[in-house]
Amino acid sequence: MSIVTVQLGQCGNQIGHEVFSAVCSDVHGTHGLCSRKENDSYHEACKERFFCEEESEVPVARAVLVDMEPKVISQTLSMAARSGSWRYNDRSQFCQKQGSGNNWANGYSVHGPRHKEAIMNLVQKEAEKCDRLGGFFTIMSMAGGTGSGLGAFVTQCLRDAFPTSFILNHVIWPYGTGEVIVQNYNSVLTLSHLYQSSDALLVHENDVVHQICAQRMNIKQISFRDVNRVIAHQLGSVFQPAYTAAGGSCYSRNPLGELMETLVPHPEFKMLGLRNIPQMPENSLAYSTFSWPGLIKHLRQMLIANAKMEEGIDWQVRPPRLGTSCSSSHPTNKLPQFNTSIANLVILRGKDTHSTDLGSFQDPSLYTSWINPQDAFNAWKTPRAFNKYEKSASLVSNSQFLLKPLDNVVGKAWNMFASKAYIHQYTKFGIEEEDFLDSFTALEQVISSYTSL
Amino acid sequence: MTQAVVVQVGQCGNQVGRRFWDLALREHAAVNKKGIYDEALSSFFRNVDTRSGDDGPDIYEGKICSLKARALLIDMEEGVVNEILQGPLRDVFDSKQLITDVSGSGNNWAVGHKLYGCQYRENIVEKLRKAAEHCDCLQCFFIIHSMGGGTGSGLGTFVLKLLEDEFPEVYRFVTSVYPSGEDDVITSPYNSVLAMKELNEHADCVLPIENESLFDIVNKIHQMISSGKLGSTLKQNSLVTSSAGSTRTVQEKPFDAMNNIVANLLLNLTSSARFEGSLNMDLNEISMNLVPFPRLHYLVSSLTPLYTLADVNVPSRRLDQMFSDAFSRDHQLIQADPKHSLYLACALLVRGNVQVSDLRRNIERLKPSLHFVSWNQEGWKTGLCSVPPVGHSHSLLALANNTCVKPTFIQLKDSFMKLYKKKAHLHHYLHVDGMEQSCFSEAISSLSDLIEEYNELDATKGGPRTEPSRLKIAV
Repeated sequence: MSIVTVQLGQCGNQIGHEVFSAVCSDVHGTHGLCSRKENDSYHEACKERFFCEEESEVPVARAVLVDMEPKVISQTLSMAARSGSWRYNDRSQFCQKQGSGNNWANGYSVHGPRHKEAIMNLVQKEAEKCDRLGGFFTIMSMAGGTGSGLGAFVTQCLRDAFPTSFILNHVIWPYGTGEVIVQNYNSVLTLSHLYQSSDALLVHENDVVHQICAQRMNIKQISFRDVNRVIAHQLGSVFQPAYTAAGGSCYSRNPLGELMETLVPHPEFKMLGLRNIPQMPENSLAYSTFSWPGLIKHLRQMLIANAKMEEGIDWQVRPPRLGTSCSSSHPTNKLPQFNTSIANLVILRGKDTHSTDLGSFQDPSLYTSWINPQDAFNAWKTPRAFNKYEKSASLVSNSQFLLKPLDNVVGKAWNMFASKAYIHQYTKFGIEEEDFLDSFTALEQVISSYTSL
Repeated sequence: MTQAVVVQVGQCGNQVGRRFWDLALREHAAVNKKGIYDEALSSFFRNVDTRSGDDGPDIYEGKICSLKARALLIDMEEGVVNEILQGPLRDVFDSKQLITDVSGSGNNWAVGHKLYGCQYRENIVEKLRKAAEHCDCLQCFFIIHSMGGGTGSGLGTFVLKLLEDEFPEVYRFVTSVYPSGEDDVITSPYNSVLAMKELNEHADCVLPIENESLFDIVNKIHQMISSGKLGSTLKQNSLVTSSAGSTRTVQEKPFDAMNNIVANLLLNLTSSARFEGSLNMDLNEISMNLVPFPRLHYLVSSLTPLYTLADVNVPSRRLDQMFSDAFSRDHQLIQADPKHSLYLACALLVRGNVQVSDLRRNIERLKPSLHFVSWNQEGWKTGLCSVPPVGHSHSLLALANNTCVKPTFIQLKDSFMKLYKKKAHLHHYLHVDGMEQSCFSEAISSLSDLIEEYNELDATKGGPRTEPSRLKIAV
């Protein structure tokens, strides 16, 4: 089954490009560490998922590029073409001349309706090129105007036009100390709207990825390109072909569907976090070896202690004993916060995955009481190594990972809303105070639900 | 890609404008090696096929034929505009984009605004429309003028109002040169306050500039050069001195050098919209992020490093110093100290080889020493443009919506009241058709209200921060 990617705004397009690059270079890499047959099968599955052949010599990404101003799209198209190993369909792009000005209302209420037909036509064309449509993957940031506002509108249109398809929104959480001053407003509006039409939101936080670049990848002068490459690697580790339980002896043909099924049992809980280990600079790869038990142990503790990367994990945090309540404040001393999960998915890629033991993830104490632990955990594996990592383990988690960031963003936005700052910029384009209140209410509900796990 | 039209009004406006077009051409020439008319160029220039005369058709692609500035030059005296048309930039201006008169406005806002405004209204509208028609997607008007005189101040603000009426969707950025303490125009307080009312009501963003600050900066650059810190080579046609070669003692005001600074401000402001970068910052984003309440749209600007404002060879300096300097009082383009006042919002536009980590590191470092309003503790807007200014590796433009503009406004109000109480020179104004006493009282009241808004914000500074309680959800 094929996935159609919709890249929205500057961030969406920059990341989208890195994702296709990463996926393509992984497939062409010679470090599969598996049999020829396995490699071919992986290659086929990946191609079907992300690229279509057309009459060109290089694979063409199944993507629609959308932005309200032309500079980024033209850069993205030319960078892809220059790679020589893949490219975009030049006609699969939509852009305008003037951006959204970081204004969610402009993206959602003005650009959205105005360009709905043109954009949906492009999406329809890509969807028709797929033998079997596996769903939509949208990439956007929450902080700006196009990715966030227009992105929310487009997601709604996708839902209306394809009521039975899976829609996964990849959302970039901006740096805490501001890239855009009104980012908290834009984020609140985006999240509340996406929650209604999307099946799941897969989140990457800029602060976290930045830390990974600094501490794990040893990059001195970190650029957005570096950040985007880490994100692309992590996404690739999830979406490259793998054997799922349902797939049996061939690569899963329904990655998005299976992801949703395993991770989103209840529509109130759609926030997914992603962790991937190990992460290290490319030139260190050859000198490092890892063991599966070690990786699995770290990943599990990262889940429990809500660690953002494999350094600085708090090993003191333990799951509460079954039968006792696992709620927050302890009267006497401050116990470290335990991260309760609804569902988890672990993906293992590389040598000897068949012999791995993931029992520790099925521990019922990891999960909230109303979930059956048997259903809460799933594992996907493949012996085919990913992106030059001899062993790579990813965790996609529907848990309290994003509770604190969400609470922070809503808090800051509310604080600003109370002073009515910047509201005139939104009402100018048709988003009223009431719309803000609706969004705040929706998100407080989500926060409350996750808190009470 | 969007286009912008520059409207330069009055003597000051046109002199600054002249420097701006010169620098813009140089910048594009340095970046655009192939001589192809590209999108970046189209933001400020048209490409005209002049074989059939000045009125030839616009060429949208391909080689550059003849570049024409998207500008409207307005002055009620001919001196400055004539100089421009006889100088090296004469071919850049379309002869039809000029409006001049002979007698000037006599440093009288009322003459500029009411008399000439009325007289030239249709002419101005027609020329603005023409300029707009040549644009594929007009995003912004830049008005350059001074506040203290008659034409720039009066007619300039008339044009501002006109722009709002005729082109309500297009952003209006105004670069206003405010009179300094020892201004030699006696009526400058009247002119400035009358103009302020118009700026309050009709501008989207105002970038106030004070001559004193420009003068201090130019002196600083001189000092840096003569002390040998910047290396000994001074390039020809240096921006510091208007004639090549020796640094001269600064006895007369080096207006050329001062105007260059303002021209650089405009170039840097629009760089991210014209050139590519990893985090673009367009003009509509500046207005969106830096204007939390409609009337509080006065942005204090600073440009660092200073040597980018001069054509000198420089040994590479630490990047972080550039960020620190942006917040120091001597780098601001008005007499203000943002560090000790309250920030409502701050934007950093970096050009050149600077990455997001450099930006983050410096924001983290400088944040603790700055005071931000309680509801905007992390009020930073950032932009990264990959193309540096000509001949340099990087530069930074900081725009602050900060209460440090208040003293400038208070001073203006005080100087105004000194004259107004005695009714000094009032008759020169009241005697212009359409001008009444109420214009004065409304203007001063508009200014007072503005100052009051800043006062209220300042009162919250350093106070206890009580966060509003969050919505409660029924579980």
